[in-house]
Amino acid sequence: MKEFTISTPARYVMNTVLVLMFLFIGNHITQSGILLRSQYALLIQIGFFIILAVSLNLVTGYLGQLPLGHAGFMAVGAYAGALFWRAHLLPPTLSIIVGLIVAGVVAAIFGVLIGVPALRLRGDYLAIITLGFGEIIRVMLTNLDSITYGARGLLNIPRYSSFLIVYACVVITCTVIHMLMKSRHGRAILSIRENEIAAESCGIKTTYYKVLAFAVSAFFAGVAGALFAGNQGLLVPSDFDFMTSINILMIVVLGGLGSMFGSVVAAAVLTFLPFMLQPLADYRMIIYSLMLIIVMIFKPSGLLGSYEFSLSRIIEKVVNKALSLRGGAAKGGR
Amino acid sequence: MLLVAQLINGLQLGSIYALIALGYSMVYGIVKLLNFAHGDIIMVGGYIALFSLTFGQHPLLAAALTVAGCTVLAIVIEKLAYTPLRFAPRLSLLITAIGVSILLQNLAQYFFSASGRSFPGHLMIPHGSVSLGGVMVSYTSVITIVTSLVSMAALTMLVKHTKLGKAMRAVSEDQDAARLMGVNVNSVITFTFAVGAALAGIGALLYSVRFPLIFPTVGAMLGLKAFVAAVFGGIGSIPGAMLGGYAIGLLEVLVTAVGLSRWVDGVVFMVLICVLMVRPTGIMGRNMMEKV
Repeated sequence: MKEFTISTPARYVMNTVLVLMFLFIGNHITQSGILLRSQYALLIQIGFFIILAVSLNLVTGYLGQLPLGHAGFMAVGAYAGALFWRAHLLPPTLSIIVGLIVAGVVAAIFGVLIGVPALRLRGDYLAIITLGFGEIIRVMLTNLDSITYGARGLLNIPRYSSFLIVYACVVITCTVIHMLMKSRHGRAILSIRENEIAAESCGIKTTYYKVLAFAVSAFFAGVAGALFAGNQGLLVPSDFDFMTSINILMIVVLGGLGSMFGSVVAAAVLTFLPFMLQPLADYRMIIYSLMLIIVMIFKPSGLLGSYEFSLSRIIEKVVNKALSLRGGAAKGGR
Repeated sequence: MLLVAQLINGLQLGSIYALIALGYSMVYGIVKLLNFAHGDIIMVGGYIALFSLTFGQHPLLAAALTVAGCTVLAIVIEKLAYTPLRFAPRLSLLITAIGVSILLQNLAQYFFSASGRSFPGHLMIPHGSVSLGGVMVSYTSVITIVTSLVSMAALTMLVKHTKLGKAMRAVSEDQDAARLMGVNVNSVITFTFAVGAALAGIGALLYSVRFPLIFPTVGAMLGLKAFVAAVFGGIGSIPGAMLGGYAIGLLEVLVTAVGLSRWVDGVVFMVLICVLMVRPTGIMGRNMMEKV
């Protein structure tokens, strides 16, 4: 019996419809004013944490490296975007889009600059060197008073990060990284994770793909940084310290390495959890860290492992099951 | 003269870094874990020293309590949080260590409040100085440098010349082979954590005397710097950790002396990156061969 499958164009239509549906619902909720200000801010925050986690997952989960300086790229993007927006060169709508692209591109340039030397090293040394670069970026932002206003903070950043903008960025990030991973370039990246030497001997340009993954990851981290700036309205270098990088890494590992769906869910849960634990203010972080340790001990591969959610797969499964049941019943009846 | 004074200052800071870096290095050598909770063990050690000094008023008693407290804490953490993950992916272990670090910081914040408490350093090491060849050196500097040298010598003896030390080296070389030779791998790993924490306890005492303010996140940056020192010298290597500690300490003091105090952290990491570019496994690290 022929298996029921959904054709690729139909899948795209389905996903587009879903995306638009979520957009419609989300937009309706945010416009209707049911949400408190803090809840709205939380929603935006979940948005840029999703972008950060999904982009870090590209390097950690798919490429198999361990960078600890993601907050550095976020910082570069945040300052680039914020400075661009503050200059008010273009009309607002255009300015938002160009600003986000500027933030991404500047961060990607840093990604390449840092990636080329850092990726010569392996494993833990890569982790340390990216950590070092992240700290250097933070120290520079603190000390370049004339541009960044140092520890006093960069003020009066236009608050451009509305639900619509953040949602659009989340969708674009997930789509681009998903498509990248489904392409031959994505398979090259995965092969480096599985076995670098084998990949190299199959003619895959490992350095090129490593730098590519690093740059794409940095690009989206930069975009997320700009969204962060547009949400806060002010920036201080200490927003981007080592703990921020660690928080993003925590989301990725907890969600499951190499699972985009896991990153999205974990970003939402881990951002939402401290907010929900607010009534327990004093114990909040204690509970949070204990949960982290317990999850790691009992489920070391993360909450969702490498599971990817796919609606079309679920539909296919259900339909096939129904078909085979009916087929079986028909056979039995005869 | 000023230069000599600064050098001694740097050596003092470097000895503290070296003591802490040893803990990172030994643990990394044996279980390949970047033990992020190490810095926070120092913080806890600082609090233990603070309370035992305030109540007991006796420096040796306080020192003994601090070292013992840190050791017990490290053993408890190792048994509860790290042992269940012995065969898990290394990244999970790293995240667990980070979790422990956040937990310790927040427990300290809950019990001792977030604001800093000043440390009665004069009860530990009296004020005053001695003249060494025309340079006035404070007791604190002398005691810090001597204590760290003695501890490191003791550690070297332990690792090089005892049966347990041989077992430690065997486990770090090849865990499975060591197990086949009858080494109790689990207890050796626990012992390594304990030794690292004992050194961290000594480091905590010396650090608190030098910078007499204790707060729940005091261990975070200190731990990071010591960790940089360990990598600088070649992580997993004991003489490397000492060398790295002294190098980072001297570097920091000299950069501050030149008047670039706001750039200290940046310069430290920049030098680390330059060293790793030239020698990818640190100054005294072993080169890892790639196997196909």
